[in-house]
Amino acid sequence: MVRILPKGKLARREALWFYFFIAPWIIGFLWFTGGPIVASFYLSFTKYNAANPPKWIGFTNYVRLVHDRIFYKSLKVSAYYTFLSVPLGITASLALALLLNQRVPFLGVYRTLYYLPSVITGVAVALLFQWLLNPSFGIVNYVISWLLGPKGVIPLGITGPKWFFDTKWVIPAYVLLSLWGLGGPMLIYLAGLQGVPTALYEAATIDGANAWHRFRHVTLPMISPVILFTFITGIIGSFQIFTQAYVISNGNGGPAYASMFYVLYLYLNAFRRYRFGYAAAQAWILFLVILGLTVLMLRLSRQVVYYEAPGEEEAI
Amino acid sequence: MAEETRRSTVAVASVVQTKPRLFQSKRFQERFTSVMATILATIGAMFILFPVAWMVSTSLKSEIEALKMPPVWIPAKPQWHNYRDALTFNPFGTYFKNTAFYAITVMIGEALSCSFIAYGFARLRAPGRNALFLLVLSTMMVPYQVTLIPQYILFSKLHWLNSYKPLIIPGWFGSAYLIFLLRQFYMTLPKEYDEAAIIDGATPLGIWFRIILPLSKPALGAVSIMSFMYHWNNYLGPLVYINDNSKFTVSLGLSMFRTPFGGTPWHWLMAASLAVVSPCVVVFFVAQRYFIQGIVISGVKG
Repeated sequence: MVRILPKGKLARREALWFYFFIAPWIIGFLWFTGGPIVASFYLSFTKYNAANPPKWIGFTNYVRLVHDRIFYKSLKVSAYYTFLSVPLGITASLALALLLNQRVPFLGVYRTLYYLPSVITGVAVALLFQWLLNPSFGIVNYVISWLLGPKGVIPLGITGPKWFFDTKWVIPAYVLLSLWGLGGPMLIYLAGLQGVPTALYEAATIDGANAWHRFRHVTLPMISPVILFTFITGIIGSFQIFTQAYVISNGNGGPAYASMFYVLYLYLNAFRRYRFGYAAAQAWILFLVILGLTVLMLRLSRQVVYYEAPGEEEAI
Repeated sequence: MAEETRRSTVAVASVVQTKPRLFQSKRFQERFTSVMATILATIGAMFILFPVAWMVSTSLKSEIEALKMPPVWIPAKPQWHNYRDALTFNPFGTYFKNTAFYAITVMIGEALSCSFIAYGFARLRAPGRNALFLLVLSTMMVPYQVTLIPQYILFSKLHWLNSYKPLIIPGWFGSAYLIFLLRQFYMTLPKEYDEAAIIDGATPLGIWFRIILPLSKPALGAVSIMSFMYHWNNYLGPLVYINDNSKFTVSLGLSMFRTPFGGTPWHWLMAASLAVVSPCVVVFFVAQRYFIQGIVISGVKG
């Protein structure tokens, strides 16, 4: 039996104040998060188009999803994108943080410059990359052919791909877009690196460790909780990519569904076709996928991630 | 002092005598990595800034110049009127006003409510507090799309569609990420102030308002900026809830950009995009210290 209120008079008063302070969150949670999660679970077993009341149809939505080829495609697209963008993003931002941690002068200026793209987000960045990676007039393909083209500086005969118009290159194009925003995780790593006690490096050096050893056996274990954090938030974020895909593909996930990201297909089912029950089933599968991946990563990471004090996990 | 001079003379002498030693000396290695790191960081920064520079360049070109091959970096004559043309052909004045209203309203409410809630979690003890805090954290994992459909149905029943209410009101009940961030900050504030105030007979409400709020200005600044930027750029929310062109936000206006001529007017699109992101860029440059601090608090202690 969990007591909501403790025994003593003072403690009870404090507990009441606690509930007073967190009341807005509790109301908001019930109204905008907890309630909707339950409602969405219920809706996933119904046929509902907002005009008529929801009609219970059991597992029909889930069965239909299993046979829906676009649904499979959207899962694959999002998984592929996540598989490319998350590890690449983490490696690149960690490398950058290590670089800036090497007594670089004007650190503040570099930090600001690298973070700048994270401020330019949403529709504007989608339009910008559409323009940069434009197959005929984009600067990126121009630079590629100037450098590696048939008459280029290094004549390898390589010309730029059609990026957002090519089924093979559309996901790498989105990965490039996501890599541009590596300043956010980089800042987190930089703070993590600066928190590693210098005594550890000194001790390792005395023991004859070279730069690689110090990175592998001091830096990496010490910042492994931060890596885990960015890994989990990265996966959650990349499964939810929507704005760029909607703007760039004009809401159709083209070419040939090659950029039909999971959430884009969900949105189209809900707000273009008004298949709310079907979309709710998709949303719940997404929820379970993310939950499963997070639990899996936390489990797998137990042997790899180093926590300084045993009780730290509870302290959050 | 004399000791120091003597040692450096010895160091210089040894360098002069045995040349290869120079590359092995610790000081040289440190200098060398620092210089190499600076060079690499500069190359990286050029890659990062390249798209922004191209955006600015395109926004100042004429339509023909924007599509010129090989491309030119500096427009022959900067077309400053692109900004005026792009923003007046579409009613961006209205979009800016709408977005400012929406983003600022939700920002104020969100910052205050998150501070209020975070104070409860940071300072007041009650059974079940840690479990509730874990629940707050776990809501960060719930994809927005899972709650979107029932929320949409709820708001349509309340006749809130095509208004800013569905975008503003949920924010007033706090957001998990910002609560977490402020709570981490409040844990670092010294408890002596609270204790002194309690002896003086202050209630927790008074302590929050008179002590915690003034002390946490930097953290509140970071949270407000994050909230503002998120809502300023929010796209899915306005896309789902707003229908009338007169109620569009800047991101909706940008994605449904209309042109008087055929083809994609990249010079106009880049000008409009730059105009749309400019408030965020300005806020970032003015308040970057708070902002970076906020990101760092959330990441390292996560």
